[in-house]
Amino acid sequence: MAGEHIRIEGQVFDGDGRFVEDALIEIWQANAAGRYRHRADQRLEAALEKGFVGFGQAETDFDTGLFWFETIKPGRVPDPEGEWQAPHLNVVVQARGTLQPYFTRMYFGDEEAANQHDLILQMVPAARRATLVAAKAGGKYRFDIRLQGEDETVFFDF
Amino acid sequence: MTGYLPRAHADHPPFRYADYRSTRKRSPHHAPVKIIQTLSEITGPGEAQAEIGEEDADLTTNAGTGSPAIGERIIVVGEVLDENGAPVPDTLIEVWQANSCGRYVHWRENQFPAPLDPNFVGVGQFRTGANGGYRFLTIKPGPYPWGNHPNAWRPAHIHFSLQGPSLGSRLVTQMYFEGDPLLALDPIFNSAPAHSRDRMVARYAHDVTEENFALGWRFDLVLRGRMSLPFETEE
Repeated sequence: MAGEHIRIEGQVFDGDGRFVEDALIEIWQANAAGRYRHRADQRLEAALEKGFVGFGQAETDFDTGLFWFETIKPGRVPDPEGEWQAPHLNVVVQARGTLQPYFTRMYFGDEEAANQHDLILQMVPAARRATLVAAKAGGKYRFDIRLQGEDETVFFDF
Repeated sequence: MTGYLPRAHADHPPFRYADYRSTRKRSPHHAPVKIIQTLSEITGPGEAQAEIGEEDADLTTNAGTGSPAIGERIIVVGEVLDENGAPVPDTLIEVWQANSCGRYVHWRENQFPAPLDPNFVGVGQFRTGANGGYRFLTIKPGPYPWGNHPNAWRPAHIHFSLQGPSLGSRLVTQMYFEGDPLLALDPIFNSAPAHSRDRMVARYAHDVTEENFALGWRFDLVLRGRMSLPFETEE
């Protein structure tokens, strides 16, 4: 598989700071060339790659609350203004007690320059942007999702 | 590139519905941040998932034991449409449910001392056809108690999960049965607005019922619709 192989780990926390032991995390992403496997993305300049779907599901562990994904770092995809979005995963969070899907994105902490110009990140109040950026440490990215309270993750409406 | 209609917030449950206890600490305090739809939002995993997903539309035998599950056999049919009334073809539907006694096959389910059925797993998946229609065979699930409040019972229900055509069409919902007296008492059912909650209720369908075999129920689902006009893109 072309591209950088990456590992992402995180936990989901409730408003009391307790980890959520029954969450389902879904990711949807472009491949390393920045192409989505979907009929709405017909850009020939970015090729599809056989065997790469771009969709994953993970549950949080009942005892530790941890979820993890191993995937390919996505390439950049264009925004409607013709600029490049920063690499990101589209993330959907659900658990007991979530009455609708919670949509968010994970950006990469080592893509600071791209993140600064990302159209969607610019729509997020500056003080809350950090909740969407996964820091890289020890060879993996850490992405915690806070459903409520201090440092609450930004969820989207689109 | 054609975008999708805005999410119909007024038809959906709020994030927090205090009578459903688990929402209290799991609902965001901030309103969701409104963003535009980019390629990331108008694509989604539904197409790819439907390509790789196996069909398994008979929950009465898919435990694979060679013996049928015990309970009231039912046929569930319906159509998946979008908000414009267009069928959503070739989309994967995943369902899961308790057995006829109200017991789930799950390692965490040890509160309710109802019997397990060795011939029932309670999980199925199947695709919609070209006209958006689907059909599966199962056992009518039983109601079961839960810890939300004293003497709380979930009405009989079947969980449905669909990705649909785009990221924003993701739908996880529950199908209930017309006439169930527990509906009026259930905070999850009642978390949906009064005008829309009946969309989660399947209707008895005698035209689906098969003589000397099983009763029929009809349950349609509506996903996000496309905007009628394309929006401008860099192309």
